[in-house]
Amino acid sequence: MATVFVNVLPDANGKPPRSDLIKVEVGGQKLTLAPVDIGNEKLNLIQAAERAGVFVPHYCWHPALTVVASCRMCLVQTGRRDPDKNDPAKINWSLLPNKVVPACQTPATDGTIIVTNNPLAKNAQADTLEGILLNHPLDCPVCDKAGECMLQDYSYRYGRAQSRMIDEKNTPPNKPHIGDNVTLFTDRCIMCSRCVRFTREVAGTAELQIINRGHHSEIDIFPGEPLNNKLATNVVDLCPVGALCSKDFLYTHRVWNLKTVDSVCADCSTGCSIHLDTNKSVVYRLRPRHNPQAQGYFMCDDGRLGYHYVNAPERIVRPQMRTEQTLTPTPWNEVRQALVQDLKAAVQRDATGVLGVLSPFLTCEEAYLLAKFLKGLSGQVRLALGPVPVVGQDDTYPKDRRGNPIQPVRFTIRAEKCPNRRGVEEVLRHFQGDLIPFDEVIRSAQSNSIQALYLAGGYPPREEGWIRTDQAEHLKNIPLLIVQDLLPSPISSAAKYLLPASSFAEKEGTFVNHAGLAQALRWGVTPPGECRVDGQIFLDLLERRGLIHAPTVRQELGQEIPYFAPLAQGDLGEYGIPLQG
Amino acid sequence: MAEFEPVLLRRIGKPNSAALETYRADGGYRALEKALNSMQPVDVVNTVKNSGLRGRGGAGFPTGLKWTFLPKDHPGPIYLCVNADESEPCTFNNRVLMEQDPHQVLEGIILSSYAIRARTAYLYIRYEYGPATRAMQKAIDEAYASNLLGQNILGKDFHLDVFIHRGAGAYICGEETGLIESLEGKRAWPRIKPPFPAVEGAFRKPTIVNNIETMACVTHILDRGLEWFRSLGVPPDPNNPRDAGSFGPKLYNLSGHVNRPGTYEAPMGITVRELIDKYGGGVWQGRKAKGAIPGGISMGVITEAEFDMPLDFNGPGKVGCLGLGTGAVTVFDETTSIVDVLANICRFFAHESCGQCTPCREGTGWMDKIADRIKHGQGRREDLDILAEVGNRIGIMPGTTICGLADGAGWPVKLAVKKFRAEFEAFIRDGKKSTVKSLALVH
Repeated sequence: MATVFVNVLPDANGKPPRSDLIKVEVGGQKLTLAPVDIGNEKLNLIQAAERAGVFVPHYCWHPALTVVASCRMCLVQTGRRDPDKNDPAKINWSLLPNKVVPACQTPATDGTIIVTNNPLAKNAQADTLEGILLNHPLDCPVCDKAGECMLQDYSYRYGRAQSRMIDEKNTPPNKPHIGDNVTLFTDRCIMCSRCVRFTREVAGTAELQIINRGHHSEIDIFPGEPLNNKLATNVVDLCPVGALCSKDFLYTHRVWNLKTVDSVCADCSTGCSIHLDTNKSVVYRLRPRHNPQAQGYFMCDDGRLGYHYVNAPERIVRPQMRTEQTLTPTPWNEVRQALVQDLKAAVQRDATGVLGVLSPFLTCEEAYLLAKFLKGLSGQVRLALGPVPVVGQDDTYPKDRRGNPIQPVRFTIRAEKCPNRRGVEEVLRHFQGDLIPFDEVIRSAQSNSIQALYLAGGYPPREEGWIRTDQAEHLKNIPLLIVQDLLPSPISSAAKYLLPASSFAEKEGTFVNHAGLAQALRWGVTPPGECRVDGQIFLDLLERRGLIHAPTVRQELGQEIPYFAPLAQGDLGEYGIPLQG
Repeated sequence: MAEFEPVLLRRIGKPNSAALETYRADGGYRALEKALNSMQPVDVVNTVKNSGLRGRGGAGFPTGLKWTFLPKDHPGPIYLCVNADESEPCTFNNRVLMEQDPHQVLEGIILSSYAIRARTAYLYIRYEYGPATRAMQKAIDEAYASNLLGQNILGKDFHLDVFIHRGAGAYICGEETGLIESLEGKRAWPRIKPPFPAVEGAFRKPTIVNNIETMACVTHILDRGLEWFRSLGVPPDPNNPRDAGSFGPKLYNLSGHVNRPGTYEAPMGITVRELIDKYGGGVWQGRKAKGAIPGGISMGVITEAEFDMPLDFNGPGKVGCLGLGTGAVTVFDETTSIVDVLANICRFFAHESCGQCTPCREGTGWMDKIADRIKHGQGRREDLDILAEVGNRIGIMPGTTICGLADGAGWPVKLAVKKFRAEFEAFIRDGKKSTVKSLALVH
């Protein structure tokens, strides 16, 4: 058990933030100390102060990286509360005089006093900011980071209004060649070295280094060895200023116009928690969101930069129905009625010849609603899992310079390139019992035993395509082919009904990652054109009234399927809920 | 003190002084034999501890005390790193020792390794010291051939390997953890402490870092006894319980505007004036001195009026200096502009700051720009205040940096501005410009 004491200030209304404050006078300073019990945790002073609600500004420290204590932004004054050696009833309070310490490097122990807001500490912090700003170009109006820049924020909160330097600033050259996805505005760099440590400790590939000395230090790469590992763009998030910028996002949008929702990356079964940044129904970027249950602090570039299909003009944006030989855009109501009629007719002819194929890009709720609809037509309707795209093998980091993985693993990009195989499988097991793989669907199609097929896709584009041409050829012969997908594919042209699907950025629901962690997917943009979110389509097919509301369906899912029982209250929280099974 | 007989330098200038046979003929390796035959490692530690030997590298930390910080009963390996990255400007005593009398140093290294139970010693020599490196390597080869290094030294159960590692020419490599990082093949960015090197140093093992001159002193303490060592120098100030005294002989480097610059040996506590007049033959060209740098530029500057300050571990502090430093006195005469002195100092530290901590990286660069601007006639009076303020706020003492480079960078600036303010103000007021070329920077 350890208790630390953090100096707190009254809030904006002059009220003390809590009732158990201790007022002491130490070394001529009047301190208002909030005791914080940190138990047996090993915390540094930044983390300990945070427990008392006191923020200590910091640049170089990052919880996922080693401590270097070099930016000197987190300077605080420290002291001790010790029982008197001779008289245990007496308490001695003391402060380390005229000296500040970096909070990131100093461990919080029982009796530590943290003072981050007295003149000594505040002056030290302001001095550091003055130093950092000496050679900073202050080009905020053209800087991508403006609005979410720690240098801006700290300058307002902890800095001084004016610079006293009248000399010329250093102007090191920009380095757009530093990587395919990352560019470096060298002059904005504050040398926190987070990026360098990231490439050494997490990616392991160690592309980045610091060259030169003193105030001429620069981040750089070895010539001809750019920062092109699959975790590279994380250095953009790590960069507290606008030095490292994502080429993908560069000059596309001012960050204060972006709306952020917390969501899940749909690119692989790791299921990284993300921030989805959008404006006016356009996705502008994906950023990793810290989730200790999912992936940690980072995300890979495949996922981060793989969202562009959401905004792609090729998307299927309206429902189409085959009249005579061509697919004709048709209003939703007509499509729905005709489709249900056709399906019912097919079920009446031969229910076992009717198949639903549910892709692993559907949310659990969507899979549940579609399964419920199809099984509602007849219990003999079969449900199968759509193709599960697998590319190579799981890709783990850190790697050494030769590309071989090193233990312990800090990040894994999974080979299974879909977000919800486990969730859809569980739904299918519940409704179907056995799991029918997609290959079996193809075999049935080969023997012409399929009368009708509802293919709920939603596959994002991949180089090799989600369905092989030979597979598509077999499916084309099915009399009633209903395809719901994002983009045109080899079978979409053969469909009798072609419905637009919605992407991960447009829908709500639950994704279950490789480890069984259920996380909430939230929508950031509205689907394009006449497109409706998948859940809404299924809800309409079920002839349920109203708009889709994922938490409500999630409650139903939790009540009906035991595997999803922990989700029955509807809310998954920030970090999601691990499922057993 | 004219009777003082040089000890560390006694063999310098003798013919073939670097060779093993001449060193042996002058009583060399006697101390090693004595120690290996009759002393346990802990006895050597205690002898050095009780001798009051303080590190000669600059900080003056008691050597024996540092040795006791090693973890007890550590399974090893324990390393000794000998700091010969003598990069403080105008300091060259290690060089003299290594070039002219390497066995004296090597004997100290072997003795110290025996004391701290190190089986490997690294000798980190700055890149610029080519002849010194070759002399040391030759001495090491001779020692291996004579069973003074290697396995079972002098037939005892004591093994030691000594490796020379050459630096690449950076001031920061003289900082003990910067040296260790550099030794490990990394960029010499000083480490955050704790852990201190004695607990976790080179290759994450307990490591002791000592200066070359300290090693030479260890040889003589073991040879002549600690009473001899304590008979030289200045005893502790009885009014200051934290003062450990300044015992023993010290090599003083004298450079700058004196008639006879060079390395001189004197007991601790000689005054600057004595050093200049008695050893250095007075200020050159019959001029008067304006001031001096008392112990390498990072220790600060003193005025001519402060020349009676004793050069021991306490003396420089009494006139505001950071400490004794390396004991390298650089004199500048009355014709020298303090503005040029300051500009050179700032230029050096801006060039040598490793760039890790913000206050030092930006502070040294800023001070350099200001000093350069003053020198070129564009100075403002408020610049002096900025210099004094920045000089005062960067460093390990106010807690704003990892290592002491920033203290050393700020100290001479703030002292120069404080002690020579009138001259600076006159320079700025009169709109003077200096045409003196800045010192060239290599690397």
